[in-house]
Amino acid sequence: MDAKVANTDFSIAGKTFSSRFLIGTSRYPNQQVMMDAIEASGAEIVTVAVRRVSQESGGEGLYDLLGDRFHLLPNTAGCFTARDAVLTAELAREALETNWVKLEVIGDDETLFPDVEHLLRAAEELVGKGFIVLPYCNDDPITCKKLEDIGCAAVMPLAAPIGSGMGIRNPYNLRIIREQCSVPIIVDAGVGTASDAAVALELGCDGILLNTAVAGARDPVKMALAMKLGIEAGRHAFEAGRIPRRLYATASTPTDGAIEL
Amino acid sequence: MQGNPSILNMAPLELGAVAAMIAIIGGGICGLGIGWRLAQSGAKVTVYDRGEAGMEATWAAAGMLAPHVEAEHGEEELLPLALESRDMWKGFARELHSETNIDVDYREEGTLVVGLDRDDVEHLEHRSAYFESLELDVEWLSGYEARKREPHLARAIGGAIYSPLDHQVDNRKVAEALKAAFLNTGGKLKEHTEVTEVVTSNGKVAAVKIAEETVAVEAVVLAAGAWSRNLAGLPEISRPPVRPLKGQMIAIQMDPENPLIENVIWGPGNGVVPSIYLAPKSDGRLIVGATVEEMGFDTGLTAGGVMELLRLAWDVLPGIYDLPLVESWAGLRPASRDDAPILGPTKTPGLVLATGHHRNGILLAPLTAQAISDYITTGEISSSIQPFLLDRFESSVAATA
Repeated sequence: MDAKVANTDFSIAGKTFSSRFLIGTSRYPNQQVMMDAIEASGAEIVTVAVRRVSQESGGEGLYDLLGDRFHLLPNTAGCFTARDAVLTAELAREALETNWVKLEVIGDDETLFPDVEHLLRAAEELVGKGFIVLPYCNDDPITCKKLEDIGCAAVMPLAAPIGSGMGIRNPYNLRIIREQCSVPIIVDAGVGTASDAAVALELGCDGILLNTAVAGARDPVKMALAMKLGIEAGRHAFEAGRIPRRLYATASTPTDGAIEL
Repeated sequence: MQGNPSILNMAPLELGAVAAMIAIIGGGICGLGIGWRLAQSGAKVTVYDRGEAGMEATWAAAGMLAPHVEAEHGEEELLPLALESRDMWKGFARELHSETNIDVDYREEGTLVVGLDRDDVEHLEHRSAYFESLELDVEWLSGYEARKREPHLARAIGGAIYSPLDHQVDNRKVAEALKAAFLNTGGKLKEHTEVTEVVTSNGKVAAVKIAEETVAVEAVVLAAGAWSRNLAGLPEISRPPVRPLKGQMIAIQMDPENPLIENVIWGPGNGVVPSIYLAPKSDGRLIVGATVEEMGFDTGLTAGGVMELLRLAWDVLPGIYDLPLVESWAGLRPASRDDAPILGPTKTPGLVLATGHHRNGILLAPLTAQAISDYITTGEISSSIQPFLLDRFESSVAATA
């Protein structure tokens, strides 16, 4: 793309990425579809549930297929306590030789909302141990600010519950988070379709992390492309600056010089 | 795909020739089935198994023949193959019975997919519309109607899809019968005999190595399930992209005279068990499965895996609570990259694949047996298996990964 109109790059912890799309690896119809969808997404960062995927797969496992070409971001999916999450992150650091971690500490099975108390505790401990921490959190400005203050490299507020596809439920909170945090904001969870992703970027969020909306779509590869375009469109719109909303029309063509009949 | 020039067709074998020995690596349902069909056509065929025949994925499976309720978005190409094999099953079971006197418990009650809460029922309606768009014979039942069909189902059931043509067999009996049929027909079975290497000469299959011994062969059929990829000596261009996909399962003992259910039941799952199924066998065993885990070759049971199976099964069929839990095990599905089987010839003349059947090994066994043995004896690739040749992965974006 022409450099003048390309999305600006963004950085997390000093590492620059040209794609603002972070994509997950669960629940695709099969591995081929997953790889094709990741390819279509243009994502550079790919998340992996380190507890759920073994590295010993005889050459056809996830790590064999993706490891060389993507920045693998281990996550702590399935952890319910700070202790669990810290151990899982340490395991991931050993196994994948990365100090990056998507920190998830789940509070409840039904909603999969974060347990804020444990999340803050785990984030603090992991930052202290030298991890680059990307926490999945509520769309709560206070929590996000605290996570930033702790030293997280980004904050990843949810738009709606994981896997719900409900879209951006509270755009106002995301705006407040944008105004209050200076680390990258990555909307993680709840995005259902491309317009949801575009809205998040229009609000000034820096990126999107999603999985189910692509993996569960009728055509995951096409949806991955749609999300990529939605994210790019949203970012362009944000950078371009939208016009103010007004109730009445303003003619785009001046009426001066119109023929009077 | 027609007339694919990249595949070097084998010449039909001269079955009378002394050298026309066919080695089948793997004595699972595919290896034994192909062996049986080849032996019937007069070929000299030996099945090698590093353990006992039929004791890996074939033994671990649940025996469901369910192409309708297992149809998935994006995998529509697999459906005709699955339906064709499903249509062969009844005859296949009958033939096995008359050949061996072993009844493989072919059951025709059908399959019910049930939803427990509003979100489930909405998801099922979505599935039902999808099945109808594929013109599959399925019927929508209210919760009341579902419980009329299966009175022990949980009261919470809010709706169900009934699929009358999704049948089942007892896969362990199938393995036993196939083994007997293969031996009766003159096939040789070498158990506890691991093929350690395929030997090629000028790019063609020449022999297989077994411990110290090298056995000259005309053709090798690789049907080694989850272990198919890592056999030594396979040329890189002919190595099937297959990996193990772990599944934990349990069996609950019902009273065979008075079983809790007679249809196969599918219910809602979670992240560990994508959907729970309960398959009642005529001897009263209720097979409950299965987790889907990317755990390499590990086959250990976990408390969490078994707990999820029990909890999800109990949600659907609370009557299991007091019944004996008689067995628990884990098996390895041979999963190809696109979950469809990898069948037929490769760029290495003499090397034929029958692997990567993922969760459909039992369902696809009759067709696999027929199509692969037909290919070996005639040199022709049937149109059914054309889309499932190894070369479909060549264009893949990640083929070079």
